[in-house]
Amino acid sequence: MATLTINGERYELDVPDNMPLLWVIRDVVGLKGTKFGCGMSQCGACTVHLNGTAIRSCVTPVSAASGEITTIEAMADDPVGSKVQQAWLDLGVAQCGYCQGGQIMNATALLKKTPNPETGEIVDAMAGNLCRCGTYNRILAAIERASGQEGEA
Amino acid sequence: MSADDNLMIANVSRRRFLMGLAGGSALVLAARWDVALGGNEKAQFGAGAMPGGWVDDPNVFIHIDADGLVTIVNNRSEMGQGIRTSLVMVGADELGADWDQVRVEQAEGDHSKYGNQNTDGSRSMRHWYQPMRRAAAAARQMLEQAAANEWGVPVSEVQAGVHTIVHRSSGKELGFGELAAKARELDVPGRHALVLKRDDELRFVGKETGLINGELKSAYPKAIDGEDIVTGKAIYGADVPFDNLLYAVIARPPVYGATVSSFDDTEALKVPGVEKVLKIEGTGQPAGFSPLGGIAVVASNTWAAMEGRKALKIDWDLEAAGDNASYTSSAYRESLEKAAQQPGKVVRQHGDLDASLESAAQRVSATYYMPHMAQAPMEPPVATVRIKDGKAEVWAPVQNPQATRDTVAGRLGLDTENVTVHVTLLGGGFGRKSKPDFAIEAASIAEAFQGRPIRLQWSREDDIHHAYFHAVSVDYLEAGLDDNGQATGWLHRTLSPSIGSLFAPDPKHKGEFELGMGFNTMPFSVPALRLENPPAPAHVRIGWFRSVYNLPHAWAIQSFAHEMAVAAGKDHRDYVLDLLGPDREIHNLTVGDGWNYGEDPDLYPIDIGRMRNVIERATSEAGWGKSPGKNRGLGLAFHHSFVSYTAIVFDVEVDDQGELTIHRADIAFDCGPQANPERIRSQLEGAIVMGIGIALQSEVTFEDGVAQQGNFDKFLIPRMPDAPKMLRVHLVDNPDEAMGGVGEPGLPPVAPALCNAIYAATGKRIRRLPVGDQLKG
Repeated sequence: MATLTINGERYELDVPDNMPLLWVIRDVVGLKGTKFGCGMSQCGACTVHLNGTAIRSCVTPVSAASGEITTIEAMADDPVGSKVQQAWLDLGVAQCGYCQGGQIMNATALLKKTPNPETGEIVDAMAGNLCRCGTYNRILAAIERASGQEGEA
Repeated sequence: MSADDNLMIANVSRRRFLMGLAGGSALVLAARWDVALGGNEKAQFGAGAMPGGWVDDPNVFIHIDADGLVTIVNNRSEMGQGIRTSLVMVGADELGADWDQVRVEQAEGDHSKYGNQNTDGSRSMRHWYQPMRRAAAAARQMLEQAAANEWGVPVSEVQAGVHTIVHRSSGKELGFGELAAKARELDVPGRHALVLKRDDELRFVGKETGLINGELKSAYPKAIDGEDIVTGKAIYGADVPFDNLLYAVIARPPVYGATVSSFDDTEALKVPGVEKVLKIEGTGQPAGFSPLGGIAVVASNTWAAMEGRKALKIDWDLEAAGDNASYTSSAYRESLEKAAQQPGKVVRQHGDLDASLESAAQRVSATYYMPHMAQAPMEPPVATVRIKDGKAEVWAPVQNPQATRDTVAGRLGLDTENVTVHVTLLGGGFGRKSKPDFAIEAASIAEAFQGRPIRLQWSREDDIHHAYFHAVSVDYLEAGLDDNGQATGWLHRTLSPSIGSLFAPDPKHKGEFELGMGFNTMPFSVPALRLENPPAPAHVRIGWFRSVYNLPHAWAIQSFAHEMAVAAGKDHRDYVLDLLGPDREIHNLTVGDGWNYGEDPDLYPIDIGRMRNVIERATSEAGWGKSPGKNRGLGLAFHHSFVSYTAIVFDVEVDDQGELTIHRADIAFDCGPQANPERIRSQLEGAIVMGIGIALQSEVTFEDGVAQQGNFDKFLIPRMPDAPKMLRVHLVDNPDEAMGGVGEPGLPPVAPALCNAIYAATGKRIRRLPVGDQLKG
């Protein structure tokens, strides 16, 4: 039995302790914005926030997920998250879009911690999030835009 | 085809006029084509030659309800190229719709209703721009007629505004929604009666919007799926909600062609949540789109299914795989390199090559290697199937929904009409999702759970171990140069397993469409030339990967042209412009290419002037000729593919430790008319990043038939630090040509341009991809 708080809602769930948070969120709770990409913390498509910190839900056992879990579905109501989303839209970042929820979660966590990151800090912070479509230059520009710094793509 | 197909578009150039002829012209042109091919082929071109052809019926593609909401049906799969936005934008523009009152509906897989839906070959806009314009123009004219009837005035007195029809003299207006019901009762105008908008009447098509080289021009019209993507609401293959859903994974044979000898599911069935274990039959080799076979584990959630799979005990029969079980990449590479030293099947030649090489003042030769790669879209293959009362429904991210429908029907023994394929968004495709094997697998499992939806999920390891791999390749080139360094002779031998091996006994030679991807269509002007294709057997499933055989051909040819320039002591750009020869149009049949991406070579010859133009543009934008500084270098490559033209220049730095920095990339691109320049830019940006991975990182190797990389820890693809620090896209405005492809042609020249830049910076020549740690030490 696990008790989780996801996007402010409390869930009592009958799931094994070692079940990764990703599959609890997707298959049990039914929130589909968090994506499966690798299952071993290599791609970042599954990124969610645990108490405001970006974590990879695919390698986080549900038993270790105590606290406030936030997913991409809640970002529109988050002051930083919604800014990041708007920057993504303004710059047409997404191609296929599959990884972008994870990218936005990671970028939002970065900007909450470091509101005005240097370019190098952004690149370091985002290095764990893969995008096979290759949208990195626009992601970088969008993060700079969301932080109030107009960057070049 | 009727005479009605001969639609003329007023006031346009020869090529654009011919573009509108599609099916009608094909019959005429086919006669000449038949003669050229010896009368054996019944060929057509373009959209009309594709299975299902094109459809331009407004009643199929455009719906307007009483509130004025316009629904445009998109029949192509969305995998990141932006077709749901771009094609709908084309229709909305011709119709005169307000973008904020337009929604898209994704077509189910049905060629007979929607025309060809096979989303590959960089064909979506090239084949559907005209039919969508026609469908929308017909709908607009029906609205205009309905308004004219309403007002009792001649239709010549009315015209469409934005989401309204206006009576010019009185200023009266009626909204699209008010006219929709009346318009629907009218006859669809014949194609001869259609009048498409002039370019100056268009609001969206061809207009630059979005982010242009670092500057935001306009964020309107906004992308169709943009908001859903950034809010996590977009529905990809695994996101369709169901009640009562079961989740499955499959343990597949580790070697292509191996089968299950025996299995023990005792422990798997003890895993909480696992409901059933069942055997999936493969169909042996060649596999085509069929499942590889294996053992499926079905559970109440994906995790339980994966845990159950771990607990399976399976004995595989490797004998059934034949010599695939001894397939080892290092030995295979050696065997191809050896075979490359022997003459092969000649596919194109002119002049006396042997004499020209023997009398050359200088001879240059090199062998290039490109490994297997996996498409590895971020969304691994996934499909959901429900079978009930003799009917199957499929929900899947597939590039080819009709093939999905046909093959699922075939597997289940159903009539095609009893299979429905719902196409979700694709989390990337790159050719992987052209193969519907995962949907057939899901259908095979669903057969055992009548009435219940079954979702089959591939893990990343499944995706990389069991990819339809990009063909490994060895290319050997040799050139003779005269005293001035000018090329007098050119020998190229290309060796790769063929995609043909997926569908038939291994042909061991490249087929026409494979050779036509930049090999026999090589554009250089050389007095003596011989192009050969020695045999290369396939030991894994070989399949389409974005740009396909253009990748090894461009990699080898563009690297080698640079080696020749170096040997000649000439500037690379000057040298290749000279090697291209005078501006001219090369008809594909004259170089042995009867394919030409399915397009009419009269409309789409290989145009050396356009090739030269993108080279000049990319090099001038990149500051070619300026001294780049210590440890820095510029590298150039270019390529013609998917009937478009690309040139790219990299500016790189390699420090004393062999650490590579990509300072800048300048890509120049000519695809003829641009429907949505914003998405063209994004495709080229993405191609550059993906190409950097092909050059530097990506490789799948085999030991005894088993893939040695299974996830992104070992199969490396670019991350943000690998992207160029600055990326510049230069679109060549060329509206009078026929429309070319966009999704793929950016990719082929990337790897050779980057390796040429590395040479310019370091003097180190890369002939084996990926670069990996070759720059260290």
